[in-house]
This record gives sequence, structure tokens and C-alpha cells, in this order.
Amino acid sequence: MTLFRALRRPTAAFGAVVVVIWVACALFAGLLAPYDPLISTTALVEPFSRGPDGKLFLLGTDMLGRDILSRLIFGARTVVLWAGLATATAYVVGIVGGLAAGFYRGAVDQILSFAANVILSFPVLVLYILIIVTLGSSGANIVLAVTFASAPAIFRIVRALAIEIREQDFVNAAITQGEGAIRIMLFDILPNATGPLVVDACLRVGYTAITIGILGFLGLGLPPPTPDWGTMVNEGRAMAMVFPYLVIFPCLAISSLMLGLSLLADGLREASREGSRA
Amino acid sequence: MTRYAAIKLAEALAVMLAVSFLVYLVLEANARDVAVKVLGQFSTEPQRDLWLAENGYNQPFIVRYLRWLWNFVRGDWGVSSHYREPVAVMLPPRLLRTGILAGLALLVMVPASFVLGILAGMREGTRTDRAISFASVVTTSVPEFASAVFLSAIFVFWLGWLPGASTTPGFAWEEVVLPVLVLALYATGYLARITRASMAEVMMQPYVRTALMKGASPARIVFRHALRNALVAPITVIMLQIPWLLSGVIVVEVYFAYKGFGTLLYEASLNGDVALIEACAMVSVLVIVVTQLASDVLYTLLNPRISFARRPDGAA
Repeated sequence: MTLFRALRRPTAAFGAVVVVIWVACALFAGLLAPYDPLISTTALVEPFSRGPDGKLFLLGTDMLGRDILSRLIFGARTVVLWAGLATATAYVVGIVGGLAAGFYRGAVDQILSFAANVILSFPVLVLYILIIVTLGSSGANIVLAVTFASAPAIFRIVRALAIEIREQDFVNAAITQGEGAIRIMLFDILPNATGPLVVDACLRVGYTAITIGILGFLGLGLPPPTPDWGTMVNEGRAMAMVFPYLVIFPCLAISSLMLGLSLLADGLREASREGSRA
Repeated sequence: MTRYAAIKLAEALAVMLAVSFLVYLVLEANARDVAVKVLGQFSTEPQRDLWLAENGYNQPFIVRYLRWLWNFVRGDWGVSSHYREPVAVMLPPRLLRTGILAGLALLVMVPASFVLGILAGMREGTRTDRAISFASVVTTSVPEFASAVFLSAIFVFWLGWLPGASTTPGFAWEEVVLPVLVLALYATGYLARITRASMAEVMMQPYVRTALMKGASPARIVFRHALRNALVAPITVIMLQIPWLLSGVIVVEVYFAYKGFGTLLYEASLNGDVALIEACAMVSVLVIVVTQLASDVLYTLLNPRISFARRPDGAA
């Protein structure tokens, strides 16, 4: 319901369209991409021009002669897959911790909250660099690093919501009925906390996508030749002075994805506020 | 107030202690790895053994940690294995350069976002408001490395007005313009949104309506009545922006080859320069912990409605 109300706003609808396009690219990369993203088809070709054999390269090719459009489309798969997976893992950890801290309070809460404070005292990027440099760069380690760095923030949100919901009558009723703690947390508290969490998740997937982009840009991302937007920027930088399109297209890709998610999140937030007012 | 500040200070010290343990654990738990990083890939096993013995790495982990912590507190931050220089000597000039960058970014972003936020929040829902709100969503959606690319494309590749990278060993104004713009662009959107929300809320308050009804001019309402209350939240948020700024600074410095704290940390991590990474990580956390502490204290000072006791939700 909230989603439909959100989509009536033009900005949110625009955001949703952008997100859907990128997700479609990720799902159907093999069908949509005109060329193989890993194979050099030709020498460097500038955007909107044809290669020597007459093939059209809409966004040109990179310094290794790989089609940029195809790499962007397959890059969407990398980003959507790893950002989605990493955010989901962070959510599982954050929700479990937040529910436990908000439900039990006391020592559990104090220990978990302190741990969250400690992790949140690092600038996120310093944390990522520390983890990736120590463990090496791979998809699994990116998931681990994102979980470690984002779970505390999710923990704080869930904890605050859980504390609030814990005080309500239906939770007390469930406790008096003798329902188990885990059952109450998962079936009474969590469903009532989903509204704010959905908005946060929308933004957080975007931040994770950006993080993966930044790691790629710093040369700490997924190992080559995986098509990855951040890595494309990193590789193209050396020739950006002469061929700026090498770096501009991947930057447009990541910015548009994040913009879509932000507009969608904004629309959802406004819509749920209106919903609660009505 | 003193009691509140003391509790916050104790919490900050506990966090710093835990952070130091975490950093040391991640980087030096495996002593042999440290020996390889310091002596290089081509060192022999006996050399490594000798180095480990000489530097006290054969002692238990906890003893090593405590000795490292004690040295760190005293200001002995070890020697960079890559640059062969004491870390405590290398850091201050780099920190100064980053401080200049961050300071200039704040100088640009704070007035800009206050003006935009107040303009947007003054009359909610108008065209100005929508335009400013949309622009701030756009700027906060573009990651720093992407806005660095876009701005370079315009000012470096196309117009050729500004240099794309820092090359002078000293300080040059034209070299900081783009880094500062990139940092400010991202944070301005965010801060403008906070200011807008805060301003819009204040403008709904009964006392503003009263002022309007008694015939006060819009300027008087904004400057005399609304601003003081509307800026409490944004001012504390500026402090909380500093962690973001620190992350952004790494990207921006690497992109523009600006020789500051961010590039130092980045290069140290690529070189496996253990002592340098430790010092950089500790300094960056210290900056954050101090600014959070300042933000908490400032918030209570600016807003006397907040009690000096612990906040009930326990949020730090």
C-alpha cells in the first residue's frame, strides 16, 4: 500500500524506474549486453562510433577493446548481487542483535551497544581498508566487511524500535500468555518495525553499492576481470584526460543507481508519514 | 553538566581502548606476518626470527599489546617500514594538509547549506523548496569519486581551468579548489536537508504563527524567532559529519593525488606499513570520538531543554 502511494509521486516513480532498469540489467545481462564484457573485440573505439569491422559500439570500448555498454550491464550484476547480498547479511546480524538488545535490555544491551559504538567510531572507509587489506579482496570478504561496518547502524535502529514496541500492550499480552522470547521478537516485534527498516534498507543497498564502487576505485574491489563500475573508473583514470568517457559512463551508472534508490526511499518515507497521519 | 561530560568522557576513553585493541589485534596478532611485512618478501627465516626476538615479538600477545599501547600513549608510534621514518614525525604535516582541506570544505558547505536549507524550509512545498530538495538528493547520491570525475571532466579536461592533480610539494590554491568542491558538494546536500527539516518544523510552531499574526516581517520572523531554534540540530550534525568527511577525504585525496592524511593511510595500507596504518587508524578514530564528544556537549549547551542526565534511550 505504502509502495503504491509512494509511486504516485513523480520523483519516487522516476527513482523506481531507474532501480528497476538496473535490476533488469543485472538479471538479464546475458540477453541485454550486445557483446561479451570480457573479450576484447576491437581496438579502442570512441562512443557512438563503429569499429573497423562495422560493429556499433554505443558507449565505445575501453583500453583493452572491451565494449563499455556490455561491461556496464554486467557490472550491474556485480553491484546488485554483492550489494544485495552484503546488505542482507548486515541486516540479519543487525536485526538479531537489535532485537536481543531491545528485548532483553540489561547486560546484553550494554555489551552489544558498546560493541556497536566501538565499530561506529571508525570512519567507514578506514574500517573497509583495514579489513580488505588484512583479508584480501574477494566477494566474500566484501560481504564480511560490509556486514561488520553496517550491522551496528542497523542494530541501533532495530534496537530503538524494539524498545518502543516492547512497551506496547500486545507484546505484554504475548509475554503473559507465556510465548517464547524468540517467538515474540520475530512475530510480534519485528513485523511492526518493518516500515522504517524498508526505507533504511533502500538507502543502505545504495550505500553498499557505492562502497563497492569506492573499493573498486581504490583498487581494492573484486579482482579483475570481473566487470565492476568502480574498477572501471580506476582502470580508466590513466587515460581519462584523453578519453574522459572511459570514467564518465561508469560514474553515471553508479550515481543513477544511488539517485534512484534515494528518490524511492524518500517517496516511501513521505508515503508512510502520510499513511500514519491519515 | 560536569557529571554528564565526565560520563561521556569515560565512555569515549573506553571506546578508544577497545578500538586500540581491535586495531592491534587485526594488524599484529600474527607476529610472523608483521616480520614479513617489515623485512620484505625476500628476507630469510633466520632474519625474521632475529627481528622477532629483537623487537619483543616472542612475548605473549597481551604483553605486546600493552607495551604497544603504552608507547602509543607516550607518543612513540614506531617507525614506518616503508619510509624508514618515525611515524610521529610523518603524521603532523599530513594531518595539517588534510585539516586545511576539511576546514575549507566546512567553510564552503556550512554557509551554503544553511542558506539553502533555510530558504527551502521557510515555505514548505514551494517551487524553491522542491528545487533545493531535489538538488540536495542529487548531490548526496553522487559518490565522491564520481563527482570528482564529473567536475574534472568539466574544469580539467574540457575547460582546462584547473589542474587535475596536485603536483607541487607545497600548497597551491588552484590545486585545492576541486578537492574542496567535491567534499563540499556531497556534504552540502545532506546538511541542507537537515537544516530544511529543522527549519520547516520550527516554522510550524505556534510562536512563529503568533509573530506572523502580530504583523512581523518575514525577515524578522526568520532571523529573530526561527533561526535560533532551527540551527540547533544542524550545528550538532556538522560535528557528526566529520566521520563522513574523513572517509570522503581518503577518496578525494587519492583521486587528486593530494598529499594528506588520506593518501598516507591509503599508501600505508597498500604497502603493508603496519606502524603507519595503526597510527592513522588510531588518529582517525580519535578525531571521531572527540568530535562526537564535542557534539554531545554542544547539543546540551545549545538546547537547555535537554537534561544533563543520561538520555533515556542511552544513544550516544
